[in-house]
Amino acid sequence: MSDLHLRRFTIAESVSYDGADRTPDVPPEAAAPVAPEPVSRTAPQAAAHLPLSHGRLPRWAPVLVAVVAVAASTLVSLSLHWNKFGWAVFAVAVYAVALPAWSRVVENGRAAKDRLMTTLVWSAFVIALLPLVSLIWQVVKNGIGVLNAEFFTYSMRNIIGPGGGIYHAIMGTLLITLAAAVISVPIGLLTGIYLVEYGAGRLARTVTFLVDVMTGIPSIVAGLFAYALFVLFFGPGVRMGIGGAVALSLLMIPIVVRSCEEMLKLVPHELREASYALGVPKWRTVLKVVLPTSMAGIVTGVTLAVARVVGETAPLLIIAGSTDSVNMNLFNERMMTLPVFIYYSFTQPGVPPQYGQERAWGAALVLIAIVMALNLLARLIGRFFAPKTRR
Amino acid sequence: MTSPVAVRRPKARLGDRLFAGATTSAGLLIVLALAGVAVFLVVQGIPALHAPPADLRGATNIVAYVWPLLYGTLLAAAISLVIATPLALGVSLVISHYAPRRLSLTFGYIVDLLAAVPSVVYGLWGIGFFGLKLVPLFAWLQQHLGWIPFFAGPASTTGRTILTAGLVLAIMVLPIITAITREVLAQTPTLQQEAALALGATRWEMVKMAVLPHARSGIVSAVMLGLGRALGETMAVAMVLSANGVITLNLISNTNPSTIAANIALQFPDATGLGVNALILSGLVLFVITFLVNFAARAIVARSAREAS
Repeated sequence: MSDLHLRRFTIAESVSYDGADRTPDVPPEAAAPVAPEPVSRTAPQAAAHLPLSHGRLPRWAPVLVAVVAVAASTLVSLSLHWNKFGWAVFAVAVYAVALPAWSRVVENGRAAKDRLMTTLVWSAFVIALLPLVSLIWQVVKNGIGVLNAEFFTYSMRNIIGPGGGIYHAIMGTLLITLAAAVISVPIGLLTGIYLVEYGAGRLARTVTFLVDVMTGIPSIVAGLFAYALFVLFFGPGVRMGIGGAVALSLLMIPIVVRSCEEMLKLVPHELREASYALGVPKWRTVLKVVLPTSMAGIVTGVTLAVARVVGETAPLLIIAGSTDSVNMNLFNERMMTLPVFIYYSFTQPGVPPQYGQERAWGAALVLIAIVMALNLLARLIGRFFAPKTRR
Repeated sequence: MTSPVAVRRPKARLGDRLFAGATTSAGLLIVLALAGVAVFLVVQGIPALHAPPADLRGATNIVAYVWPLLYGTLLAAAISLVIATPLALGVSLVISHYAPRRLSLTFGYIVDLLAAVPSVVYGLWGIGFFGLKLVPLFAWLQQHLGWIPFFAGPASTTGRTILTAGLVLAIMVLPIITAITREVLAQTPTLQQEAALALGATRWEMVKMAVLPHARSGIVSAVMLGLGRALGETMAVAMVLSANGVITLNLISNTNPSTIAANIALQFPDATGLGVNALILSGLVLFVITFLVNFAARAIVARSAREAS
């Protein structure tokens, strides 16, 4: 009986605490007089006055409200000649008002607030995804038309009007990105090994901190750095593919270091200790035991880093420049790259502008495809070649 | 960390010494590279302090040259963060708490895809599609909210305004903020969340009382990292913004302040003489600002990590 009394008391408390949010089917006086009465026989009647559970909206309530909101919005936007945007905003607004209002009547204020926040959180998610969908749709729609064999195998040398292609830009991007990877993978890998296997004391802390800071370097500053460096050797106005590679590696090294560090930390200590116990020197342990174990993760990290820098425009605009011809020499003269090609063919399309802009969309489609393919490749490598650490 | 091997064998092997030397010098190289960035920018930037107005596109001195750019940079970044922060919080909450577990992994991949799209493609989309779609909105803002200085107009008909640039930047920094925020949200103690639910809290009350307080410093640092990215973002702004170096609060007209990064990208290919040095000096200013912002963000992360442990 005391147990029952206690439960009553709690309910009475919670109802009076809710105050203004009280559900309509609980009259105000129901809360107070329950406790003093002898309980055992009147319990069923009391329960009729004071339900142990709140009212709840049916499970299909959100669906119903959504349908009503869409219908109402369609009606309003048809009669007021709104566009799709206005229609969508109004529908969401109706939903965000109607569902909490209904919930407030049937459930209570707290539940209504919960439903409102759920609606807001999910709308934020949808709003954030719309640009991605729109962007990919636009690039595919505008770019697919120009893709043909000529587009991939011709440069823009002596091309005015239609025709021409992005062969020179693809080659430039490949060479510069490859050179950037050649520079940054050894440095990044060795730094990662240093931080995990050797690093201690002030230098390691400094390096960790600087790698963090490097992640945030604006890409254009990396380009300016490469330019300022190369001006020292080659004089003002220098343009060179390898300079682009230096700038890109400045952006790539911190990503490689981070992922290598994470992966090397995952290698179990037992493996290292077993190797030391067999008398293997530390450097051979790292090369033959630690690195092979973490190789899949490192390759994934490097691939993601390449995907990150392959679309970088600003540094290449500054130090690699632009040209209409194929240039396969990293150490001589200007080199075209895909991002710079997109930039110039859209902003300076020539006359008539239509052909240049078409080529810009086509090149953007190719660039996105390359980046997505690299990302996918990285995930596949990570998934299929991961070391089997669990037995 | 002295390994047992090294203790037993005081005479280090040649291979060990070489390898340790190689890794240490790689670490040193990173320190040198970052110092090199600062030194080279300073060395190449200093001559611009005495540049004549002809090399500064009409500005009387270097401060008058950099100041409007700095203003534009901060304004665009501020717009992007005001929009991106609540959205990123919503997206992170969906991924960490609201979506069914199986879907949340997919959602995470999709948001990562947003981060993978190159900035020049965002610029292309911004100028070729998004900006044009915003033109009616600008007209509406001027008509109905024109009394607010932000929307004084005249409304742009090309959509190449600083508001468009800020919106595109918001889309670009959103995945960066989301990536960190959702990790922070996922690390909040499960027991406290379950306790909140068991006490009868609704899901939002659970998020408000048990999740967000834990994640606050992580969210702040995520936003600051996003700020660092927004300050330094170049191509999207360079393509979207129609800039002519004025300082104005007006967000929807065709006369806008440029940003430091976009200005460098636009002017550098044709710059000569001291003009190049002036651009490099403005780059140095950008570098210092992003360095400070990132530094502060990392410091907050480090402090909250220390408090947690």
